Amino acid sequence: MMTCFRPFLCIMLALAALSPQQGMARPIRNGGKLLLTNGISSLEGASGGGLTPWAVIAGNETSDGFGMSAHGTLVEVKDYDYQSAGVAIGIRDRIELSYTHQDFNTNEIGAALGLGKDFAFSQDIFGAKIRVAGDLVYDRLPAIAVGVQYKNNNQGAIVRAVGAKGDEGVDYYASVSKLFLARSILLSATARLTKANQMGLLGFGGGKQGNHTLQFEGSAAWQLSRRIAIGGEYRRKPDNLNIAREDDWFDAFAAVAISRNVTATIAYADLGSIATVKKQRGVFLQLQTAF
Amino acid sequence: MSIILSLLLLQAPYALPGEAAVDPYVADSRHAGAVPFTGDGMAKAFGGQDGIRRIVDRFVAINFADPVIGEIFANHDKVRLKRTLFEQFCFILNAGCTYSGRDMASAHKDLGVQKADMNRLVETLQRAMREEGISFQAQNRFLSKLAPMRHDVIEK
Ligand code: HEM
Repeated sequence: MMTCFRPFLCIMLALAALSPQQGMARPIRNGGKLLLTNGISSLEGASGGGLTPWAVIAGNETSDGFGMSAHGTLVEVKDYDYQSAGVAIGIRDRIELSYTHQDFNTNEIGAALGLGKDFAFSQDIFGAKIRVAGDLVYDRLPAIAVGVQYKNNNQGAIVRAVGAKGDEGVDYYASVSKLFLARSILLSATARLTKANQMGLLGFGGGKQGNHTLQFEGSAAWQLSRRIAIGGEYRRKPDNLNIAREDDWFDAFAAVAISRNVTATIAYADLGSIATVKKQRGVFLQLQTAF
Repeated sequence: MSIILSLLLLQAPYALPGEAAVDPYVADSRHAGAVPFTGDGMAKAFGGQDGIRRIVDRFVAINFADPVIGEIFANHDKVRLKRTLFEQFCFILNAGCTYSGRDMASAHKDLGVQKADMNRLVETLQRAMREEGISFQAQNRFLSKLAPMRHDVIEK
């Protein structure tokens, strides 16, 4: 799978190098994005909403510069807790490369599942995204981006025992995002090809479905002020494993640009049934810094 | 002869007394770069011509003093900019004005405006509108008319 991921990255970088950038001749100028328009960091590390990517690029740069972001996320649902942390770089507001590490702690449920109390699933995700056309704020054409996420689960033996076919996989997605200034509303939609179970934390593929399936995700946000946006998200999920049903995800969030470089997000998330235990609802918290 | 004279008289002068000379152009409200709002809702939300004038004066003052984009405004005709921006905003907000300035591409030619400068200008305008107490939703509605002009304003 690494071999599949790396050529893709190479192609994206080559594309970026080839595409005529108007800014190339000018000196590099970092920073300059409007507040909140870099998005927050989604669970898998791509810039966007909390559950789903948007067609925006990490960092505060415009097409004249480079940017970066780093984030830490906590999700506390009824029976589990989750942490992730990651970094992303943005190249000329065109290309985003990200790395995120996720830990999913099963607490008491681990014992019930025979994994041991506090057993934690973890995985590493390398992402790449390219904005192929359009602009979130200014142009008539919405921002359009395509991306990949290579996911490598660290508990191969366990996820296979749970019924997953593999411990690594690649998601492919395309996102369309637009801020409708006249209404202060941002809408974003993503189509994702994935075989990941619970993002990959429970492995990839399973007895019900072993292949990539097409899933839809979306965000709607209303900007209340320069610094505050509220909204909701939906993420349709595959249902591959025989032993554990997987539900679609929902959240309602508030994101606050505390400063030009720090965005805090709080959300109420409904993640449905996870690893046989239903009604996993709780809070999502994230602190992101971007330059 | 008299036809030419009357045509000349109909045309708004390129520059008013107290303003620097500009290259000749034909005045046309379409140069404002946007179709005005209909109805008087937006004009009211901006406090009519008096409110718009206060916002423009403050906006221009902030821009000239700004650490990021002040340099681009330095040495340009502040008197004219206040007048033409007022006309443009007033025209777009449907507050009863015509626009007599240049089109956006000609006015910003060779200024070297980058995307970061445009975003900065949005922030200075937001500040001027906020200080005048304009609701954020009305601010964004107005910005939605200006946003497509970025294409003509920034350096290609
Ligand atoms: C959509 C955004 C913008 C609008 C609607 C706008 C509007 C205008 C208008 C109406 C004029 C006067 C035209 C005339 O004199 O006939 C003008 C001139 C000017 N604008 Fe803008 N502008 C925009 C963006 C910018 C930006 C981003 C900058 C720089 C940061 C900028 C800098 C200037 C300067 C320096 C002048 C004076 C040019 C001269 O004296 O020849 N403008 N603008």
